[in-house]
Amino acid sequence: MAIEHDQLIPSRPTVTWRTGLAQFPWWLVIILTIISIMVLRIIFDPIHRDIFITISQGLGVTLYVTVVSFSLSLVLGLILGLGRVAKNPILRNLAITYIEFIRGVPMLVLIFTISFAVVPLVARTFGLPNNAVSLTTRAIIALVLIYGAYIAEIFRAGIESIGRGQMEAARSLGMSHVQAMRYVILPQAVRNVLPALGNDLIAMLKDSSLVSVLGVREMTQVARLSVSTSFRYEETYFILTLFYLSLTLVLSLLLQLLQRRMRAKG
Amino acid sequence: MSRSAGQPMILIENVSKYFGSFRALDRVNLSVEAGEVLMIIGPSGSGKSTLLRCINHLEAPDAGRIVVDGIALSNNEAHINAVRAEVGMVFQRFELFPHLTVLENICLAQQKVRRRSRRESEEIAWQLLEKVGIPEQAHKYPGQLSGGQQQRVAIARSLAMQPKIMLFDEPTSALDPEMIKEVLDVMLALAAEGMTMVVVSHEMGFARNAANRVVFMDQGRIIEQGTPEAIFGAPQHERTKLFLSRILH
Repeated sequence: MAIEHDQLIPSRPTVTWRTGLAQFPWWLVIILTIISIMVLRIIFDPIHRDIFITISQGLGVTLYVTVVSFSLSLVLGLILGLGRVAKNPILRNLAITYIEFIRGVPMLVLIFTISFAVVPLVARTFGLPNNAVSLTTRAIIALVLIYGAYIAEIFRAGIESIGRGQMEAARSLGMSHVQAMRYVILPQAVRNVLPALGNDLIAMLKDSSLVSVLGVREMTQVARLSVSTSFRYEETYFILTLFYLSLTLVLSLLLQLLQRRMRAKG
Repeated sequence: MSRSAGQPMILIENVSKYFGSFRALDRVNLSVEAGEVLMIIGPSGSGKSTLLRCINHLEAPDAGRIVVDGIALSNNEAHINAVRAEVGMVFQRFELFPHLTVLENICLAQQKVRRRSRRESEEIAWQLLEKVGIPEQAHKYPGQLSGGQQQRVAIARSLAMQPKIMLFDEPTSALDPEMIKEVLDVMLALAAEGMTMVVVSHEMGFARNAANRVVFMDQGRIIEQGTPEAIFGAPQHERTKLFLSRILH
């Protein structure tokens, strides 16, 4: 009987070196090791160093395109997201049409279509020459129009995650629908979707490489141009990869820190 | 406003409400006098919450007429907002704004709807927090409060708009038993001050101590109404008797 009794008591979970090893973030160690090896080669090998310096000339444009496009797509996304949940059927259907249209076409195709068909068309109707809009601006317009649709869905989900009672409570206090949205629903919705928005910021950083097809001199385009004369494919593309990997890693760590801080706040 | 002397504070005439094919309210007639404390009881699905929510147009009736403080509730947005400013509502699940502190919860609508200054609205908020007995919680967030405390903040938030009527939709149903009294005490004090109140609840203690009239609803209709003594002591209808036998142990 004593044996049975022992079996009924679950063994106390102990922190052994095994569980400790299993929980250690090895993936981060592996990635950091790879990055370190690359960095060492850049420091000690002049060929790697030259390529590194070349690609870093596109870093500013990559960051600029990413930050500007993301900020503007937040604005467009919020407007479309509000349209998506509007009671007015005309507004709602316009928003859904736009979102479904964008989400149904590959990003690369949209970048071509917007830059070389939509923008010139709009420019012509305003009586402007075809080259009135710079390629960088076209790239930003394209990314904003595309990401606006994806971010709209994030905002929609955020707004819908707030219970009906919150809107009712705000309205019963005499607030208008707009006031209730502005002061009660949106602050909560935005807080709920911050992680998703963070993911989209990282995705935007990566997708900014697609605008290299327009000839915008961001990192990918600079790397492609460099390779076309140096033929150093291996070094160039490995270093380009290193750039994106380091940027996304830093960004995701920053976002996690921000999230932890917000959670601690309440 | 436009209510003349002797007119009821709330007038409900022939009000019907459907949810799809389900008839939530069936030609309900009811009037509530100024200063009256009316309690609505009935089984779940009897339409009592729907009736309450029609009074401040959270639900739009499909037929009939509702006049609150002399203002006819139509689909006119201005009328609806005018009525809502005069009618406070307390919800079963409190519905405090979780991203704002207790003080900010009480001040928000004062500032945005009543256009009061920050100082004035905070002064009123502090007075009300004293009144509901939790001034020490002013700078906490709703999530840090007990259910009873949250509901008292919700009452204070409504009172800050200085409403003429207070609606209570099962204000104690989501509370742990030991917290019910602190909320009922606030409601009793409010009733004693002469507030016009419509309360959907099964709190018999409140009914006996504060209610002037009890209305029993079933299947979207008012089955009978009378003083608490009459309804609880000598109910006339079979359905009322059956319902009371189930809730009074």
